[in-house]
Amino acid sequence: MSVSPQDVEKVALLARLTISESDLPEVTERFARVLGLVDELNTIDTQDVVPMSNPHDMEQRLRPDAVTRSNEREALMASAPVQEQGYFLVPKVID
Amino acid sequence: MTDSTLLHASVSHLRQLLKDRAVSSEELTEACLKQINATNEALNAIITVCPEQALESARAADSQLAKGESKSLTGIPLLHKDIFCTRGVRTTCGSRMLEQFVPAYDATVVSKMKAEGVVMLGKCNMDEFAMGSSNETSFFGTVKNPWDLSCVPGGSSGGSAAALATGMAPLVTGTDTGGSIRQPASLCGVTGLKPTYGRVSRLGIIAFASSLDQAGPMARTAEDCALALTAMAGMDDGDSTSANLPVPDFHGALNPNLQGLRIGLPREYFNDDLNADVRARVMAALSELEKAGASLIDIDLPHSHYAIATYYVIAPAEASANLARYDGVRFGYRCEQPSDLEDLYLRSRSEGFGEEVQRRILVGTYALSAGFYDAYFNKAQQVRRVITEDFRRAFEQVDVIAGPSAPGVAFPFGAKQQDPIAMYMEDIYTLAVNLAGLPGLSTPAGLINGMPVGLQLIGKPFDEQTILNAAHRLQIDTDWHTARPNLEAITS
Repeated sequence: MSVSPQDVEKVALLARLTISESDLPEVTERFARVLGLVDELNTIDTQDVVPMSNPHDMEQRLRPDAVTRSNEREALMASAPVQEQGYFLVPKVID
Repeated sequence: MTDSTLLHASVSHLRQLLKDRAVSSEELTEACLKQINATNEALNAIITVCPEQALESARAADSQLAKGESKSLTGIPLLHKDIFCTRGVRTTCGSRMLEQFVPAYDATVVSKMKAEGVVMLGKCNMDEFAMGSSNETSFFGTVKNPWDLSCVPGGSSGGSAAALATGMAPLVTGTDTGGSIRQPASLCGVTGLKPTYGRVSRLGIIAFASSLDQAGPMARTAEDCALALTAMAGMDDGDSTSANLPVPDFHGALNPNLQGLRIGLPREYFNDDLNADVRARVMAALSELEKAGASLIDIDLPHSHYAIATYYVIAPAEASANLARYDGVRFGYRCEQPSDLEDLYLRSRSEGFGEEVQRRILVGTYALSAGFYDAYFNKAQQVRRVITEDFRRAFEQVDVIAGPSAPGVAFPFGAKQQDPIAMYMEDIYTLAVNLAGLPGLSTPAGLINGMPVGLQLIGKPFDEQTILNAAHRLQIDTDWHTARPNLEAITS
């Protein structure tokens, strides 16, 4: 499957990444090479094969909905790049 | 006892020395810290060293040892790969994104090993977010291979492997999503074990591809890996994919008797594409196992060829979802002066992630996007089952499957960096094992022109014991695992 620089830009936006104009041709070329590699999958017949998401087909185990750790607000907030009065700070989103 | 003897002793030997009080944990820890100081500048294997914390734990270990209250690893120095969250100690995952990240909790692997008495010396360099096979994608610079400083150590656990080979620590941890323990173990001449998916909790391991990621030990011997695996493994309420199975005493159960062991040699691994020198080393190791009573049987893994394509859909798809959490808001890198929220997301991620990580996010996002999900992600998950079925059938005939750990020895820096596909081929013999969730181990099998080669042993699900037994026997009968790089050139 061929991919255009526009396709790559669209995917980049979905992934919230930016690609500079100057890098775009090379990124597209390498992206296309990886897709070329995975296109090989189309040469194998998988009709009726159930997709596998866990190698042991394990069921997701649930645990009781109980508090197991104490709140560590300060320790957790300490890694925030910008914070104010215990809140994460972001640029203005509503005028 | 000289520092050099101490620095290259196995964990099993050091345990005895500590127990007999022939050496203290403090002396051992000081020797390791001294070795780190002398060699890390040349190798760049470690991102963060914690000398005060380490010496404090060592003294605590010594007082426990004096009271006869020691646990399985009391007083043993250890380095963690910088992908394991360590409370209060910076955890970067090799990325600018997490350059300043200090976790508020320990990964389960970290807390379990701490409970067994290890002394953490610091955190090892790695490919960014564990995406790479050469350690060239680390934001903190490449790690050098101690056997030849112009060559890569392998990856992504390359810092761990290089540190171990240099005597910076007798025990290190790694993670393996597609070969990231076994391939660097092979390239640096050490023993590395990737346990069965679900054997070791993933809680607190910075996520790459959640259905493939698994943590394991790297050490000088298979015996040491057995000791470390028992300490690391077990069901964890914090990881719903960790297996609810009892953890055997892998060390106590080590059995070098291989009489009747059936080892399968996949025709697809030992074909004309296999490098002749690698084949010769791997076959020499296998004939040692044959002499010890094992039989070698040709088998087929007919869909081996599809492992790379399958992996390079599933791993990037899972990575793109896992790495969506890095938004520049709650933790991690944030760009300067964002004009609005969209700009904050876009620039924080593009500036915080390196090239390979961004490439994999793009491929993964594409594979999961509307219109392509069935053609890529669903298809890859179907082929994953076909590949897993190949292994299941093969294990009806044999107990262990053997092959090379990597297609060659360590390669020079830059040799494969321009071509992502060439780099992905480094893991051609290891990826399928992650797709099928099996345990795999790399043990040294000699040198080619002075550079180490590894033999890979693959086991049935949750049967780490049998591959550990086989590697243990090989290490009793041969001395390949004792080969060491010449450190004169790198010691400052």
